[in-house]
Amino acid sequence: MRKPLTIRIISSLDGKAWLALGLFLAIALVVVPLLNLTVPEDSAFHVSAYAITLIGKIMCYALVAVAMDLIWGYGGILSLGHGLFFALGGYAFGMYLMRQIGRDGSYQSELPDFMVFLDWKEIPWFWVGSDSFGWVALLVVAVPAIVAFVFGYFAFRSRIKGVYFSIITQALTYAAMLLFFRNETGFGGNNGFTDFKRVLGATITSPETRLVLFGLTAVLLATTLIFASWLVKSKFGRILTAIRDAESRVMFIGYNPLWYKLTIWVISAILCGIAGALYVPQVGIINPSEMSPANSIEIAIWVAVGGRGTLIGPIIGAFAVNLAKSWFTVSFPEYWLFFLGLLFIVVTLMLPQGLVGLWKKLLAKKGALA
Amino acid sequence: MTKILLLFLLIAGSLPARAALDPAQVRQLAAEDSSDKVAAIRQLTQTADPDAVRVLKAMAEDSLFLAGNQVVIIAGEQAFDATSGAAIKLPANPESPTVNNRIRGELANALAALKLFDPDPAVRLASAQKLQSSVSPEMAPLLARALAHESDAGIKALLTLAHAQANLGNADPAARLAAVKALAETSSPTIRSVLQPLTEKAGESDDKVRYEAIAAVKAIDNRLAIAENVGRAFSGLSLGSILLLGALGLAITYGVMGIINMAHGELLMVGAYATYGMQTLFRAYFPAAIDWYLPAAIPVAFFAAALVGVVMERTVIRWLYGRTLETLLATWGLSLVLIQAARVLFGAQNVEVANPSWMSGGIELLPNLILPWNRIIIVGFALFVLTLVWVLMNKTRLGMFVRAVTQNRAMAGCVGVPTARIDTLAFALGAGIAGLGGVALSQISNVGPDMGQGYIVDSFMVVVVGGVGQLAGAVWAALGLGIFSKLLEGWAGAVIAKISILVAIIIFIQKRPQGIFALKGRFVE
Repeated sequence: MRKPLTIRIISSLDGKAWLALGLFLAIALVVVPLLNLTVPEDSAFHVSAYAITLIGKIMCYALVAVAMDLIWGYGGILSLGHGLFFALGGYAFGMYLMRQIGRDGSYQSELPDFMVFLDWKEIPWFWVGSDSFGWVALLVVAVPAIVAFVFGYFAFRSRIKGVYFSIITQALTYAAMLLFFRNETGFGGNNGFTDFKRVLGATITSPETRLVLFGLTAVLLATTLIFASWLVKSKFGRILTAIRDAESRVMFIGYNPLWYKLTIWVISAILCGIAGALYVPQVGIINPSEMSPANSIEIAIWVAVGGRGTLIGPIIGAFAVNLAKSWFTVSFPEYWLFFLGLLFIVVTLMLPQGLVGLWKKLLAKKGALA
Repeated sequence: MTKILLLFLLIAGSLPARAALDPAQVRQLAAEDSSDKVAAIRQLTQTADPDAVRVLKAMAEDSLFLAGNQVVIIAGEQAFDATSGAAIKLPANPESPTVNNRIRGELANALAALKLFDPDPAVRLASAQKLQSSVSPEMAPLLARALAHESDAGIKALLTLAHAQANLGNADPAARLAAVKALAETSSPTIRSVLQPLTEKAGESDDKVRYEAIAAVKAIDNRLAIAENVGRAFSGLSLGSILLLGALGLAITYGVMGIINMAHGELLMVGAYATYGMQTLFRAYFPAAIDWYLPAAIPVAFFAAALVGVVMERTVIRWLYGRTLETLLATWGLSLVLIQAARVLFGAQNVEVANPSWMSGGIELLPNLILPWNRIIIVGFALFVLTLVWVLMNKTRLGMFVRAVTQNRAMAGCVGVPTARIDTLAFALGAGIAGLGGVALSQISNVGPDMGQGYIVDSFMVVVVGGVGQLAGAVWAALGLGIFSKLLEGWAGAVIAKISILVAIIIFIQKRPQGIFALKGRFVE
């Protein structure tokens, strides 16, 4: 007899993992807000607004990393264009944030500033409805999903894989970047969207709004992690892994890999879109450089550093790389690229399983000694 | 040549009655009424007499005066009679005739037109070129005379055009018809716009001339369109050559060896900086031979990039053979390190690499079709590099070994091919060829730490479309993409063209996942 879904979801993580998740949510939802709001700023325990923004931003990246792990670690498909889905989600939500500025922009017009600047008289058709939160929330999910579905359907149907797939996804995000850099596209050209004032009527920079966004991201990250670990342990996930390891054999048994790959590809894109939508109000800007091939490749390194095919590894990787980045770019701005480059090399050469693999290896050695 | 010219001048000077200028005409230069002055200036211009030039020049320089009834030229303490040029006594109180802006303009035109009779061909050429844009109907007789005297074919052609243009305003329909017929032979946009008014009833009353003008405009339009398309095809060809130079090295490393070298763009950068280094060296030590820095940079760039390639292969890539996606990540790391190294060594700003003088200018095939030398040389250079690669891969022992290792590594090893060394050499070769591409790029675009990133996507597209491991595929793909994108640019703009090309490639890969030419080698499943 099949166990009920709830049981299966609960049993997809072990006790320790649930404990860790609970601890994480307690810190994110209770401890951090308390330390931020009640502890005076000069205290050593005060959590600054900068730290909240930084961690919130990295949690968004971690969400993208988990999405990347689903497709790369479990599906064996390396995407070099995940920045596109992230940016599409970000742009979709950015449209809403631009409309929320209302008449408070530099030109005191109902239209977003860049449209006034381009001398447009009314909002273009694809902006219609962008003042409604519900519609935009739908766009955040639907736009990356549709783009991913159309692209993925054609790519997987003709069995494009491996390097070819990677390079084509890179071309896709590159083409999109060029498109969004144009003013005529209607998304603010190379400046993108910025100068946001409000979200759902609340001031976007107020401490409370920040904390709500921060908590929301934490909850979403935890939910995604639970969902993903259920997904990969389900029958679907096991077939996916089988396709990764021996696609031809899976086909001979009678499965059509197209729909498995396409499903995980679209899920991954949607997760990226949601991450992008949470990223934009916290960071306060979205522009086409998010779609640059370099950004998408960096996502792969988060996953590789943490350890792919582990779900928790990509989160660790995203945190490790991005914390290192914000430390390096402040302390040794000259050396950040050297460090990042060496990280790519060292991880691929010495740590094929990432940090999680290294940890497991150390544990195994300890166990063998005991 | 000089002799002939002198003789020629003598004849030219003596033909229209060598007798001194008409005193009445010269006197009219100092008339009260501006229109009278203009008439006098135009008449004097018609004579094309050196004495007339002298008088008009004097008037333009405000040294023409009226002393009683005599017109004199006063230069410093000396005075000359304007009509005969004879030295005379300095008059007591000379009056200066009023020279307003209208007169000044007229004088400038007249002097420019008179330059058509200058003994120096270069001056005549410049004058004839200037007349192409500003020619008035009154000049027709003058131009006819200049035409009769002209011996240089190039100047003569220009004068014929100017003469025909001047004749378009002739009262005689037959003269206009001849002029239109003469102009129909040209392919210049300016002449087209001169003929355009004649195609309408308001601009031309004579039917015959008007029909001729319509036909002439059509003929010019056709030639302009042909020139435009030839120009577009050529810029496509040169873009294709650049893409090919970027992709050739990649065709070896990716195609033959199965390595995704994301640092390939940075190897181009190494080649470009090597070119910059040679330029600096030549400026400092051999300033006389500065134009030779570019040929000298070719081997330097090749070996500099090859050396970087050897280091990359020995330290990183050799551990990753057969793990294609891992080579992608590791070489991306290498590319970041190389970019930052370039920033530290040469600064974050772009450096300036100048074209040698023999690369500036171009071949003018038609007035609106100029093929710049630097593009022509790059097309030739791409051909040279292509030949080099083909010979290396097909005619040398190294090439044979590389192909052997590609097709069956184990078997090649068994028969004694040093596979590890061949890998290093093949990678170095691919890197060196990227360096050569960098030399070419330094001549047409910015040289800076980020330059490689711009080419990596394009280079991969060429290799993917062409089919991995196929030189012929890379050539067809590079030229096809180059010409296709230039044609698209013509009607859609650069960015839209680029996007359409990328989308077209994505669709193309659906149909032919293995590229134009299917691959044989390590990749086959």
